[in-house]
Amino acid sequence: MRLVRAPWRRFLPVGLLSFVLLGLAGCTDGSKYPQSTLHPKGDFAAMVDEVFMTTVWLALIVFIVVEGGLLWAIWRFRAKPNDARPKQIHGSTVVEIIWTVIPAVVLAFVAVPTIKTIFATANVPAASPGGEAPLKVEVVGHQWWWEFRYPEYGITTANQMHVPVGRTVDLRMKSVDVLHAFWIPQVTGKRDVFPNRETRLWFTALETGEFPGACTEFCGLQHARMDLYVMSQTPEEFAAWVALRKRDPEMSGAASTGTGHVTVDTIVRDTMSGTAVAAARGPDALPTDAEQAAPVPGDPRIAEGKALFTKKACAGCHSLNSIDQPKRSVGPNLAGIGVRKMIAGGWLPNTDLNLKRWIMHPQDVKPGVAMKGYTLSDAEADAIVAYLRTKR
Amino acid sequence: MLTPRNIEEAAMTSAVLDHDAHPAPEAHHTSLPIDNRKLAMWTFIGSECLLFASLITTFLIYRDSSVGGPGPKDMFEVPLVTFGTAILLFSSFFVVMALDGAKNGNRKKLILWLSLTVMCGLFFVAMQVYEFNHFYHKGLGYSTNLFSSSFYTLTGFHGAHVAIGTVWLATLLKDAIKGRIPAEKAINLELSALYWHFVDVVWIIIFPVVYLMSLGR
Amino acid sequence: MATTALEHAPAYQRSTIVEWLTTVDHKKIGIMYGASAFIFFLIGGIEALIIRAQLATPNGTLVSAEMYNQLFTMHGTTMIFLAVMPLSAMFFNFFVPLLIGARDVAFPRLNAMSLWVFILGGIFLNASFLFAAAPNGGWFGYAPLSSRQYSPGMNMDFWAIGLQILGIASIAAGVNFFTTIINMRARGMTLMRMPIFVWMTLITQVLVLLSFPVITIALVMLTADRTFGSGFFVTAAGGDPMLWQHLFWVFGHPEVYILILPAFGIVSEVLPVFSRKPLFGYSAMVFSGAFIAFLGFGVWSHHMFATGMGPLADSFFSLATMLIAVPTGVKIFNWIGTVWGGSISLKTPMLFALGFIAMFIIGGLSGVMHSVAPADLQQTDTYFVVAHFHYVLFGGSIFALTAGAYYWWPKMFGRMLDEGLGKWHFWLSMIGFNVTFMPMHWVGLLGMPRRVYTYPEGLGFDLFNMVQTVGAFILALSILVFMWNVIRSWRGPADAPADPWGGATLEWSIPSPPQEFNFAEEPVVAEKDAFWAMKDAAGVDRFPEPGHVSGRGIHMPGPSWWPVVVAVGLLMFFVGLMVHRSWAFPFTPVSIAGFALMVFGVFKWAYEPVDAHAPQH
Repeated sequence: MRLVRAPWRRFLPVGLLSFVLLGLAGCTDGSKYPQSTLHPKGDFAAMVDEVFMTTVWLALIVFIVVEGGLLWAIWRFRAKPNDARPKQIHGSTVVEIIWTVIPAVVLAFVAVPTIKTIFATANVPAASPGGEAPLKVEVVGHQWWWEFRYPEYGITTANQMHVPVGRTVDLRMKSVDVLHAFWIPQVTGKRDVFPNRETRLWFTALETGEFPGACTEFCGLQHARMDLYVMSQTPEEFAAWVALRKRDPEMSGAASTGTGHVTVDTIVRDTMSGTAVAAARGPDALPTDAEQAAPVPGDPRIAEGKALFTKKACAGCHSLNSIDQPKRSVGPNLAGIGVRKMIAGGWLPNTDLNLKRWIMHPQDVKPGVAMKGYTLSDAEADAIVAYLRTKR
Repeated sequence: MLTPRNIEEAAMTSAVLDHDAHPAPEAHHTSLPIDNRKLAMWTFIGSECLLFASLITTFLIYRDSSVGGPGPKDMFEVPLVTFGTAILLFSSFFVVMALDGAKNGNRKKLILWLSLTVMCGLFFVAMQVYEFNHFYHKGLGYSTNLFSSSFYTLTGFHGAHVAIGTVWLATLLKDAIKGRIPAEKAINLELSALYWHFVDVVWIIIFPVVYLMSLGR
Repeated sequence: MATTALEHAPAYQRSTIVEWLTTVDHKKIGIMYGASAFIFFLIGGIEALIIRAQLATPNGTLVSAEMYNQLFTMHGTTMIFLAVMPLSAMFFNFFVPLLIGARDVAFPRLNAMSLWVFILGGIFLNASFLFAAAPNGGWFGYAPLSSRQYSPGMNMDFWAIGLQILGIASIAAGVNFFTTIINMRARGMTLMRMPIFVWMTLITQVLVLLSFPVITIALVMLTADRTFGSGFFVTAAGGDPMLWQHLFWVFGHPEVYILILPAFGIVSEVLPVFSRKPLFGYSAMVFSGAFIAFLGFGVWSHHMFATGMGPLADSFFSLATMLIAVPTGVKIFNWIGTVWGGSISLKTPMLFALGFIAMFIIGGLSGVMHSVAPADLQQTDTYFVVAHFHYVLFGGSIFALTAGAYYWWPKMFGRMLDEGLGKWHFWLSMIGFNVTFMPMHWVGLLGMPRRVYTYPEGLGFDLFNMVQTVGAFILALSILVFMWNVIRSWRGPADAPADPWGGATLEWSIPSPPQEFNFAEEPVVAEKDAFWAMKDAAGVDRFPEPGHVSGRGIHMPGPSWWPVVVAVGLLMFFVGLMVHRSWAFPFTPVSIAGFALMVFGVFKWAYEPVDAHAPQH
């Protein structure tokens, strides 16, 4: 039962430190960690990262000095057989003043950048770095999904926010039910979302890419399944996306009649290809285009799906129209659902299979959601999926 | 009104009524020249300050935040409450007189002033019951709006304190009549007096802050 | 009322169960606090293991979302209110009177009532599992999620009412221990001669007394909202969720120090004894503790940086929070100063005390990172925060409480715990703890939110979580080793000497375990580390083993049923509140009966003649 002391004692600091370094090294590869706070891709997040790293380095120095001192003291002053009684020291005013002052000074080095960053991040800048006015986006938190509204364009979307790279985004946030918190670690910090007052947050994406985010204020049963994506696009891609949203949904839905789908498809290919798709995530994690079957013109299921969408009361809660939507819709807006990255509150890859499961068995996929589930045959679900895939 | 806090009160009261919580007097020594029970009462009062501070703060925040429903100006009738305040103030004086009687072994004086104190307590509780009833019939239920909830919670808590104090003083009055409070046991009355003064002081804050300030705006 | 020394115990006290139910002896009460808190600690630990098993892999399906939310809420609530606080209370109860040279606390029956209210409150909270309605809104119960509209079940009723019950126990104990420490010290024990653990206990009681009333009111309002339809936290009625947050954290932050200051005290007792050197900078330790407590009331809003309070408020609370690092640093340096130059004997209590310092430093440093408000916007509500507070509450409080358990075990039970098993316990704890919680820092910084019952794959959280889960089970193993150690010592001989460690304080001057009256003669104290001073004066390293004395003529308060009766009445009152929901008839028969029972108990208690008796030995 007796343990050999010396190796243990050496093991502890070395083991702990290598553990720490190993972990830190593991965190350096940003591409593996799309939700990381340590790999900022937005100005807000970069400012935060800078002040955070200042504290990390200071903390690391303090850690090494203090833990080192402690371990050295334990080793150096370990009891030896027949030790005389140690000198009975009750304290030293000088030493104690020194080690009161030193931490205070170290803290000053933390405090100054902290205050600077607090004020730098507090208010939405009047203009983007490029001089444009910030893009206003209204964020509405729901149990358990996000509604995004662009008053500038009069469009609404859900769970996937598109923003142009380089233009500051001015978020105005409110909840329809309980508290939520909006967070996209790579571009900005988090801000609570209240039902009774508007909170503000902002960021400017510095790179194009797909940045996942999450609700971080516990908001009930499915808090874990309330994620979102920010799609940072070039201004041209963004403009194309906006144009797509501003189309009459029946025109994109018109794919079912065999007209217009090519145009839509082309725009989709333009907006969703290139950087937007390749960025951020590892290749395997994503639903590939193949998993989201492109609508086939003239597919009879599309028309059937369209009818079912109304018949099964999907339309009661979900709008397929992005334009001029009333605030606080019951269910997420489905304009563009055909190519949206994730479903079911921003966490389930939008594959045909997942979408079908989600429509057929919502209470299995995400228990407790407002969508209670409807009796759908397999073929009916396939038809609805086919129809939704036309919503690009 | 009975609230969870009452129970705590009662439990505390019992502690303070603890006649022989510590070993016999001759063996007993305290580090400070103050009886344990008195020190405990002061400590408890310190804690109670935070309780009422939270209640008063909530009231002030919510007084004007109601969504609909009557407000302070529709409800408060100052003359009655002013009278109640005066009664409560007098009772603090009465209990001091009673305590003086107890300390000097003057049983008649003790009983006389203690009876007056208890009557004041009863009057105040009755006044509050009347007031609540009156407000209720004027359309101010407990959950009518934020003003009503925070008003009833605050004054209800205070009223519960007064009620407990009254019961405690009445118990002591019964003891006094039976001759169970000789001069050396005046501490039993002193504890309740201390509590009574505190309850009184809280009202001295509630009266202007809740009633007068709400009307003066 | 005159007390008389009886020659025999009252007849009704003959059964052991009755003896424990009616005892007012601070030592027995302390042991019951410890035993019940340890059971709750195991329950909270099992909850933690289920949580870790669920999170071991992405999209885990071991438990449902609803069950997970109940588990994490109860894990936090249990560990804070039913484990760490009452484990500290065990040491307050058993050792504060011994350390100050008193025969009991100021109000022994009130003390018993605190115990029973705590135990019944803990059972009440956990009984919610039987109704499949354990609290599920987080230990912080944020409004409006905790309102009837969004939490329609009984879950949050159990939480609000359970916490209310526990708060009553805490406030009653707070008054009792404050009075005891201020007024029951041995002759000659001035405040600045008190053992540091007593100081930290005193400061903790001040925090309890000033913070618990605030949560009492917040809970009353929440209960009123849920039961009587008021709108304190209902936004549609104009209620403000921010008020709940402010009230909760005005309580909640001091609560953090309520959990850690006793740990500071224990470590400050253990280090000198095993270094054979007095505490370095006694006064600085006292004042830094008081300063931490004072600042603790001015930093609550650092839990709310993400609410967007504005730059001025953020700056204020950032700086105030950073300021706490200064007195905390003083403590850490003074602890290192204490062992520095000493003769360090690495017995199990010392290992845990040193482990405490090492881990608390890490928790302290991550704490400073949170104080940086902008950085907190990234860290708050992520696993980084979970890592932080487990470093201060497990690596801190639990390690220190374990140090205290090994240190004081011989005094409490007259038996030694095994050193070899103790070392296994320590190293398994140390490894399991760090493997569990160190990766939480990283996974938090990499974006994993807290309070999630699962997480998707592809975000890079998978490996970290698996490692954490493995660590948690190593940690659980260490607790099993401790339990085996306890069982072994239970079966073993009562072999503990009065002063096994060469102790500095008065509890080591009396037999292990102490006799009911503690001190045959009330000690007189002339300086700090009173027992060391006595040994020095006598010129010895150890005194000869003190003999048991008859205790005849020593007046001790007799047992009483009334604390239990009052506690049961109080519980009934609250249980009655659970089943009914209308303002017109606010109280059910159960509540009314409970209230009546309580009033009856209080009056019987107040007029109960104390059966002072000389203990029979």
